Amino acid sequence: MHHEITFPTDEAAVREFRAGDTVTVQGHIIGIRDATQIRIFDKGVEPPMSLRGAALLHTAPNVRKLGEGRYEPMCIGTTTSARMSRFTEGLVRDHRARAIIGKGGLLPEALVPLREHGGVYLAIVGGAAALETTQIEEIEQVEWEDLMPECLWKFRVKDFGPLIVGMDTHGESLYENVQVEARKRLEETIYSRL
Amino acid sequence: MAIDTTTDLQQTVEDAAAHLYVWSLKDIPQDLRDALRNAMETETHKVGKRILETINTNVSVADERQNLVCQDTGLAVYYVRLGELFPLHPARIEQALREGTRRATLEHPLRSNTVHTLTRVPTGDNTGHKIPHIHWEFVPDWDGLDVKCIPKGSGSENMSFLKMLVPADGVSAIKRFVLDSIVGAGGKPCPPGIVGVGIGGSADLAMHLAKEAIARPVDDVNPDPDVAALERELFELLNETGIGPMGLGGDTTVLSVHVEQAHTHITLNPVAVNYQCWAARRASAHIFSDGTVDYDREA
Ligand code: SF4
Repeated sequence: MHHEITFPTDEAAVREFRAGDTVTVQGHIIGIRDATQIRIFDKGVEPPMSLRGAALLHTAPNVRKLGEGRYEPMCIGTTTSARMSRFTEGLVRDHRARAIIGKGGLLPEALVPLREHGGVYLAIVGGAAALETTQIEEIEQVEWEDLMPECLWKFRVKDFGPLIVGMDTHGESLYENVQVEARKRLEETIYSRL
Repeated sequence: MAIDTTTDLQQTVEDAAAHLYVWSLKDIPQDLRDALRNAMETETHKVGKRILETINTNVSVADERQNLVCQDTGLAVYYVRLGELFPLHPARIEQALREGTRRATLEHPLRSNTVHTLTRVPTGDNTGHKIPHIHWEFVPDWDGLDVKCIPKGSGSENMSFLKMLVPADGVSAIKRFVLDSIVGAGGKPCPPGIVGVGIGGSADLAMHLAKEAIARPVDDVNPDPDVAALERELFELLNETGIGPMGLGGDTTVLSVHVEQAHTHITLNPVAVNYQCWAARRASAHIFSDGTVDYDREA
């Protein structure tokens, strides 16, 4: 199934998503990365922009500075998510973020907070940065510039995607399903032929 | 006169390196384009097909906008074939490649990824201690120089694996290690890509060979028929695992498998795996002793 959705959104909207569905995003997406989340959660600093209902993107964009606090996108891509898995609970429970967009998936333990507090993991096509950059209309706001490029970025997007629901609110992970199936194939039909 | 030749040639190599780094990031080789298109056409899994369509669209968008194919400008790796009669010493070539990398990074500008391993302090210009890394091959009775630039992204480089098997484990254990490594890597190295396998030698040589393997064109086949047969077999088996594009399921897990081998010690059986993502960027220059340069996207 395909979903068109505008962020920020509410919990009910993302509870509709099922692992394997495709999604196109309109509205706003907030860029975060390791350093941003370390500041929020490990240092306990309240983020200067609300994450409520937000779609968050794991990115450290390449930008050109236009003026005070104003930037233009040059090449914006997405980084591997697994290493940021531990922040999932805080993001969905305390900040009410509704989607995390990244590549490669979160660790399986992230399924619990996603299910309990209503959040989804949306997989982007990793490495497709040229396309991703054209889907970002404007960088509307940048906070914590001292963390450059791992600031808090507010992007206005148009037809952002396609994204694939990698982990849903029903405890299902497409990554896990694929892993389980691949290991089954190895055991049942591949190893015996080596 | 000799000094002038050296200075000019060094500048030529530096300019070539600067050009190759930027060019490789924007304009991927035809064999890779063909492989990505072919994968898109043959993939039967719905999600996998959608991902491959997006990858192909992304390649076209990068062409139209003259933008980078992927945001990760990588660690610059150079593969150099140096003729015995080429009138520039390797020490000068090394300087030129380093300076070309630095200039491309600052002038384009490109994102710099290079940091000190302990302090994590960035250098800001994509060069550093022993970086860029250069693979050398020396060719007797030849006066040319071939330089190939491969910017290596971290998502795929993080999926590198080494195992010191014992000889009694045999070839089947080599195959099993490659399969387990790629299945375990799942979507992290941005599949479908090129799997480089190095067998034999010592631990360091096996990994070095795996890295040489990913530098070959997608459709390149090892000239040794036994090694070529192993490449073919691994390619087919890996694509039976169903890992698929981005690890989200499908028929296309890898675009190709390249194996490189060296002789080894009678009691050693090393195997190394190095992954190159779908954005397998690569560009080459053939430099002649008179300073003329032929750029080559396909070598
Ligand atoms: S693994 Fe390759 S395609 Fe993926 S983000 Fe890194 S460089 Fe780009």
